[in-house]
Amino acid sequence: MNTNSNSYTMIYATIMVVVVALMLAIVSSSLKDTQNANVRLDKMKQILKSIHVETEGQDAEALFNTYIKEQLVINANAEVVENPANKAFNIEVKKELSLPLEKRNLPLYVAEVDGQKKFIITLYGAGLWGPIWGYIALDADKNTIFGTYFSHASETPGLGANIADKEFQESFIKPVQRKIFNDKNEFVSILVQKKSDRKASNDLHEIDAISGGTITSKGVEKMLKDCIGQYEKYLQQK
Amino acid sequence: MSKLFSEKTKQFFMGPLGKNNPITVQVLGICSALAVTANLKPALVMGVSVTIIVAFANVIISLLRNTIPNRIRIIVQLVVVAALVTVVSEILKAFAYDVSVQLSVYIGLIITNCILMGRLEAFAMANKPWESFIDGLGNGFGYAWILVVVGFFRELLGAGSLLGFKIIPQSFYDMGYSNNGLMMMPPMALILVAVIIWIQRSKNKELQEK
Repeated sequence: MNTNSNSYTMIYATIMVVVVALMLAIVSSSLKDTQNANVRLDKMKQILKSIHVETEGQDAEALFNTYIKEQLVINANAEVVENPANKAFNIEVKKELSLPLEKRNLPLYVAEVDGQKKFIITLYGAGLWGPIWGYIALDADKNTIFGTYFSHASETPGLGANIADKEFQESFIKPVQRKIFNDKNEFVSILVQKKSDRKASNDLHEIDAISGGTITSKGVEKMLKDCIGQYEKYLQQK
Repeated sequence: MSKLFSEKTKQFFMGPLGKNNPITVQVLGICSALAVTANLKPALVMGVSVTIIVAFANVIISLLRNTIPNRIRIIVQLVVVAALVTVVSEILKAFAYDVSVQLSVYIGLIITNCILMGRLEAFAMANKPWESFIDGLGNGFGYAWILVVVGFFRELLGAGSLLGFKIIPQSFYDMGYSNNGLMMMPPMALILVAVIIWIQRSKNKELQEK
């Protein structure tokens, strides 16, 4: 057979595209439910990690229901939204961030760890190559950071991707638990600074940036400021 | 068995590990070698993933080689690689979600690896499936060992750890030792690869260009 003729080439390409497209479609649709369940469980695991509850297995849902006592939807004026369109867990922060501030529905998880209330805020922002996101848990004083969790879609491995490492996440609470409000109860967020620009390693409002991951580090800084900033009024009420 | 592992097939496997290494001799796959070698772990994962994908893509293309129209052969190769990578990534997402999160960008990066296209075009299009499979394994491992060596030195000297475990004791840091930040930057990967090329060429006179 002449494999160089135009008609052969056309037919070959058509069949190939149809076969591959069909195969990918079947794989994708048959695995969709399992994947969605995984995404849901993974979100629960991420939220739990911000309050230092580590889980690997399928028990994330049970643990989540044990620790997370309340899931609220609030707005920027610190009012709890009654009957929101989406439950807190289903709110996509990415979409909310594109709305004007007063129209946003903000998810807030209230957890209880060792009898202490913790407030968990969802974070979403941009890194160097793609989105970054995370959760930050605050103590009952709505100021002191209890724990953080960060992840990313496509930051550079070994550099920006280190925001997903324990070391970076623990720098928010070690050697001191950082605070997001200053003494005058003004929102200052957390600055992610180069080591040489930092005043002291125990400064309450600064942490070390990742060397070689400056843009991702600044992305984290902006994400903290923007996302926690939405809750400013709520968090100021002590 | 003797036919399966003849002298020639052995050469298909051993060649890419040394004198015909895809990175140091053919200088292919450099972009991913820069991107994933800042730490040892991603380098290992990338090495293993590329080995598996290049071996199986080689087999598929080799089986199809007599039917592929010459004018669209690159597109056919690309479709095979992309489909293979997509299916693997979908399956991982469904059944090994944690692994797929860890691999994140690497899976996508495999599609763009020049070694794959290079082997499909240069070898699988002209050889039988078994030889193609061996050639894929050889080139995959040839790629992997360079990545591991570069990743080893970059993580050890750049972060003082290996696979995330601290190797250089705290007392060294207390005495004034500090991690080399340059090691974490992509240019250092190029310099390390160049050092490997240098060592290899000074040992193998036949690789030296006149």
